[in-house]
Amino acid sequence: MKRQAELSRRRFFGRALGAAGALVLGGCDALSQTQWFPKLLATGEALNEAMQHLIAPRRAMAQEFSEADLSPGFRSNGTAMPDDPKYAALAAEGFAQYRLDVGGLVENPMSLSLAELRALPSRTQITRHDCVEGWSAIGKWKGARLGTLLETVRPKREARFVMFYCADPMEPNGASPYYESIDMDDAYHPQTLLAYELNGVPLPIQNGAPIRLRVERQLGYKHAKYVMRIELVESFAKIAGGKGGYWEDQGYEWWAGI
Amino acid sequence: MSSSPSAAAAERSGSYLYYRHRLPVRVMHWINVVALTLLFLSGLNIFSAHPALYWGKSSYTGKPPLFQIATRETEEDEVIGVTRIFGREFDTTEVLGAATNAEGDVVARTFPGWLTLPSDRWLSMARRWHFFFAWVFVINGLCYLAYSIMSRHLARDLAPDGGDWRSIGRSIIDHLRFKHPTGEASKRYNVLQKLAYLAVIFILLPLVVLMGFAMSPWLDTLIPGWVDFFGGRQSARTIHFIVAWLLVAFVLIHVFEVIISGFWNHLRSMITGRYRVDGEAPR
Repeated sequence: MKRQAELSRRRFFGRALGAAGALVLGGCDALSQTQWFPKLLATGEALNEAMQHLIAPRRAMAQEFSEADLSPGFRSNGTAMPDDPKYAALAAEGFAQYRLDVGGLVENPMSLSLAELRALPSRTQITRHDCVEGWSAIGKWKGARLGTLLETVRPKREARFVMFYCADPMEPNGASPYYESIDMDDAYHPQTLLAYELNGVPLPIQNGAPIRLRVERQLGYKHAKYVMRIELVESFAKIAGGKGGYWEDQGYEWWAGI
Repeated sequence: MSSSPSAAAAERSGSYLYYRHRLPVRVMHWINVVALTLLFLSGLNIFSAHPALYWGKSSYTGKPPLFQIATRETEEDEVIGVTRIFGREFDTTEVLGAATNAEGDVVARTFPGWLTLPSDRWLSMARRWHFFFAWVFVINGLCYLAYSIMSRHLARDLAPDGGDWRSIGRSIIDHLRFKHPTGEASKRYNVLQKLAYLAVIFILLPLVVLMGFAMSPWLDTLIPGWVDFFGGRQSARTIHFIVAWLLVAFVLIHVFEVIISGFWNHLRSMITGRYRVDGEAPR
């Protein structure tokens, strides 16, 4: 009978729809676990990078805010206290023994104390920190301009990236110390700082003392905390997981402009 | 006289097939279905990384979030899922904030697994899906716009004419009574349908993309401060989320209207292009 046929057709269709939905979602989960599919998906993020470089000038400045916009208590995310005895010893003495080593593909390698970093030309800026998770916080940063420091150490021609090696291990027993990298355009950008002050006080440990990178046009995970050593390299393919940063090695994009 | 038996049957029953949707529109419609679905599901996974919405330039302004999905323990040490809207808290265990897992334990979970892509919380992978299908969606959308303007699909089929505006009251009443145009009138979109499509094409979809751009710290540098026009980056994120749900609401109404006004007929017309119209075929 027609009504019965109609009903069974509807029931069939409903079940087919449910099964198709489950299949699609299950299929998407299975695809996410393959080697090749996430690589295909990553072309979307490669296009993001290409398009953003195309339309935004390389020297474009990140928005700066007023004191009224400051977030009360700048949020600490990730490591709040590096689990490392050498770092703990430095922190116990207020980083008096801290030295920032700058080397790699440079003509003039250097090692700077915190006082020497503070003596470099500085910049103060109130900027918005955008975490990849979705939240934003506004803070006032003061630090040495990385560009000025690079002019002093004189990168060699083949230097393409600046690596930042940090004090905080991301795994138990001191394994997988945090690291990050940026390109030379970002390195020489006027707002790119080695920050030593947050909201007018020395950078707190939970926010990356004694030195934290500020690279204002990218997401929070690029802003390496607890920076101990800077190295200029031609390629980061052979460093740690080879993707240019701790989170990049976990599957996040090296380009964090969106 | 008709030569094929099916055409003859159609003529006897007083209906005929009308070529309603042209191939480019059909193809772009289904690409859009796939892209928007995957964007929505991966978007909810991304949202799960920080399931709270704010109004303003930052998340931390001293004011609580407008909306938040959270997991917390009760005084009896029970894990519950809660949803807070304008400071009011609702217990949403099993739906939002917490759910029972395969082992029978109540654990933190912002959305049910079937509503997110990937089904488990996995921000970096969700971002890959989201940005890839964002490009599919944007390129498809631009092709649709170009096609609709050049083929006059926009001017002929979507732009309301004088008659449409005059019939708007009638159309609202018809929709509320689930009454739909039949015969020759069913070949055209009705005025509410046109307005709904235009609002989605020219307001909601561009807005959701623009608010996606506003969340990009790099694109924010294009004209420093442009994001404040929408209330700031966190407001933009909130608008992005609200518009996504408005699009879901549109899809639910769209599918509902399709079902009650002839599901198989509409489905066929969006696959083969041919829509069955009651009455005699015009000669």
